[in-house]
Amino acid sequence: MAKSESEMTWKDLEIGNIVTEPGSARVYESGTWRSQRPTYDFKKCIKCGLCALYCPEGCIGPDKDGYFEANMYYCKGCGICARECWPRVIKMVEEVE
Amino acid sequence: MEKYAIYVPRLVKKEEKFAPGHRACIGCGEALAIRQAFKALDNNVIVVNATGCAEIFSSQLPLSSWELPWIHTLFENAAAVASGIEAAYKAMRRKGIKVPENTKVVAIAGDGGTSDIGLQALSGALERGHDFTYICFDNEAYMNTGIQRSSATPFGAWTTTSPTGKKSIGQFSWKKNMPEIVAAHNIPYVATATHGYPFDLMAKVAKAVATNGPAYVHILSACPTGWRSATDTINRQVRMAVQTGMFPLYEVENGVYRMSLDIPKLRPVADYLKTQGRFRHLSDDAIARIQKRVEVEYQKLLEKAGHGSQKTTQRKSRAGAGKISA
Amino acid sequence: MVTRVGMEVSLALADAVKLTQPDVIAAYPITPQTHIVEHLAELVADGELDAEYMPVESEHSAMSACVGASAAGARTFTATSSQGLALMVEVVYVAAPMRLPIVMAVANRALSAPLSIWPDHSDMMSVRDTGWIQIITENGQQAVDNTICSFRIAEDQRVLLPVMVHLDGFTLTHVVEPIIFPEQDAVNRFLPRNRFPLPLNPDRPVAMGEFAPPFIFTETKWAQEVNLRNSKKVITQVWEEFDKAFGRKYTPVEKYHSDGAKVLIMTMGSSGETASVAIDELRDEGMNVGQIRLRLWRPFPFEELREAVKDADVLIVMDRALSFGGPGGPFASEVKAALYNQSKKPKIVSYVISLGGRDVTVSGFKDIIRKGVEIAEKGSKNEYEIYGVKE
Repeated sequence: MAKSESEMTWKDLEIGNIVTEPGSARVYESGTWRSQRPTYDFKKCIKCGLCALYCPEGCIGPDKDGYFEANMYYCKGCGICARECWPRVIKMVEEVE
Repeated sequence: MEKYAIYVPRLVKKEEKFAPGHRACIGCGEALAIRQAFKALDNNVIVVNATGCAEIFSSQLPLSSWELPWIHTLFENAAAVASGIEAAYKAMRRKGIKVPENTKVVAIAGDGGTSDIGLQALSGALERGHDFTYICFDNEAYMNTGIQRSSATPFGAWTTTSPTGKKSIGQFSWKKNMPEIVAAHNIPYVATATHGYPFDLMAKVAKAVATNGPAYVHILSACPTGWRSATDTINRQVRMAVQTGMFPLYEVENGVYRMSLDIPKLRPVADYLKTQGRFRHLSDDAIARIQKRVEVEYQKLLEKAGHGSQKTTQRKSRAGAGKISA
Repeated sequence: MVTRVGMEVSLALADAVKLTQPDVIAAYPITPQTHIVEHLAELVADGELDAEYMPVESEHSAMSACVGASAAGARTFTATSSQGLALMVEVVYVAAPMRLPIVMAVANRALSAPLSIWPDHSDMMSVRDTGWIQIITENGQQAVDNTICSFRIAEDQRVLLPVMVHLDGFTLTHVVEPIIFPEQDAVNRFLPRNRFPLPLNPDRPVAMGEFAPPFIFTETKWAQEVNLRNSKKVITQVWEEFDKAFGRKYTPVEKYHSDGAKVLIMTMGSSGETASVAIDELRDEGMNVGQIRLRLWRPFPFEELREAVKDADVLIVMDRALSFGGPGGPFASEVKAALYNQSKKPKIVSYVISLGGRDVTVSGFKDIIRKGVEIAEKGSKNEYEIYGVKE
């Protein structure tokens, strides 16, 4: 989205207020919502991918080594991944910043 | 562990049709269920969304969380709009107008938009036999407007319009059995699912969309905000709903009932009810009433599935006896 | 070669729809629109019209299905009346800002309570502000012609708005009138396939119908308003092209002996033709009276109206609807608003007539006109006059 909310004029609207950019909501930083964050002990991670399957945000994916990690830009800190992880890799801690 | 090459979750499609950056509550079961459901489908889907949580948190102008073609109009007409799209594609295809092959129409709505205000449109679309799929994401109340009761709210639950008080136990009526109502329309495929059993959910959604004719999937979606429960245990909560018989998982394929899960002994409903603050006020008496009714309904279902001889008996509650495995 | 057939107007309208070759028709029956949807069903059943005929379960779903079909890129049509229109109002409000080129025929009928199946314009007034283009017809030929024009107007890429064609229930829908049908080839040339530019299509995903927080809502409404206003140019252009192709001309405000007339009456709908006979008779008696008829209700033809009444001293506006507790005739109050700032304007008398199907005869109109002139001279303490109440 090129223009900010305060800059958008009536001429910037597409016909019928249609949004033509699929998935444009990816710019929204839902990570600002969290009050706790996941921390990882990757020694235990078996790369099963269950945490990715259970994340409501869909922000968990494998890093370059294949370990599954949440994207902090989107992570809301719900703790589901920590709860579902069977080898207990993930521990939720309070978000301090 | 070295013997197996891959874990099943890794076979799930990577592509997110429902992009992150949406504005669902922390720990939203509906967002999770939608994500999982669309992982089971391809890009040839048009989504019709009724007004509700899912529509609001995924579509604030000028952004969109959807990677698929998507339309929202009103609250009660998801099925009607979907039937219009299906008819349009049928007509355009027949007239030789170039439209993508094998386009599927999927209507999604909440429990309010399905069993209350949307019931008429759904019933009409099912009766006319349109080739579309209707998925109800059931979080058991009008959550988007602030947790008001719907006909899908379970008996005894606290909501803002069925609050507990000196003269009220909470929701005064039993949860409307929406899958049964839909099954009574004699459509080719009806199923119940929940995000706590994601592979079952994905298989059912894929089957529903592949079915020729109307198909319906009813997905129990936990709402920690409205159910007054912890955000991290939503999957355990809905699994408990299944295991206590409060939300049985089954399919009705061309009139033939099939249970998805074999539960020799149902867990006591108390195990489920105590996971959520909306049931905290229930007396033992009320819980006993719920227990009895759940057993009766579950037995009826077993009979339809041809397992009538199997009696549902209650397991002894292991509450307080250590860890309960999800 | 021109053939004129005598046909019930509902059936003629359905035949006109057939000429436009729609893709999807959503149909829910309500008196007095039933013959339209019934005949359409027959045409589809006999293979004469290739369309998906959806016998929906309510008018709300009829319009919802039209919205879905139109959003998918199909040419769509539906028809309704009074209660049905009232039931689908929220969907009607949604179709215009979503810029969907749906065409709907409305057989005007009184709104309940009490229940009435007979014609008046109260249902038309309930959708006045929905943002649709609205055309009013007075006879069968106009209904047929404007149904064809409506698709052309709606789908024009400069417009892309839904269009309503109003015709009076029973007094038009159920009468046999002489109709000249255009040839299919000529209609095909006049009405090319013009698809919605951003339809629902998996090859190009779009999101339609998102919600608008306060920072952008006003802008969406202004965009809608500008578009509706600008559509008037296209409407008049399409009518001119229709005239060239088929020899019948329509304009936003139509005149009948109104040039130079000092007393004018203004009508909407089929009662206008009866009023024209009264005008003829009064003119024979020597009265300097004329008539203007509104063809285009929305977007409101401000310039054409002001031009048409500029020389008149008295303008009697006939309404077939009543805005309770307010200025009476909604049509008259709009005319008053349109003329308020003009330096020279006629005295306006608002007459509410013919509610719920009580026809006004030729002599009734003559009566109203004479009374109207008197009221214009002497003034009245009433906001409006109502004709024919049994006291």
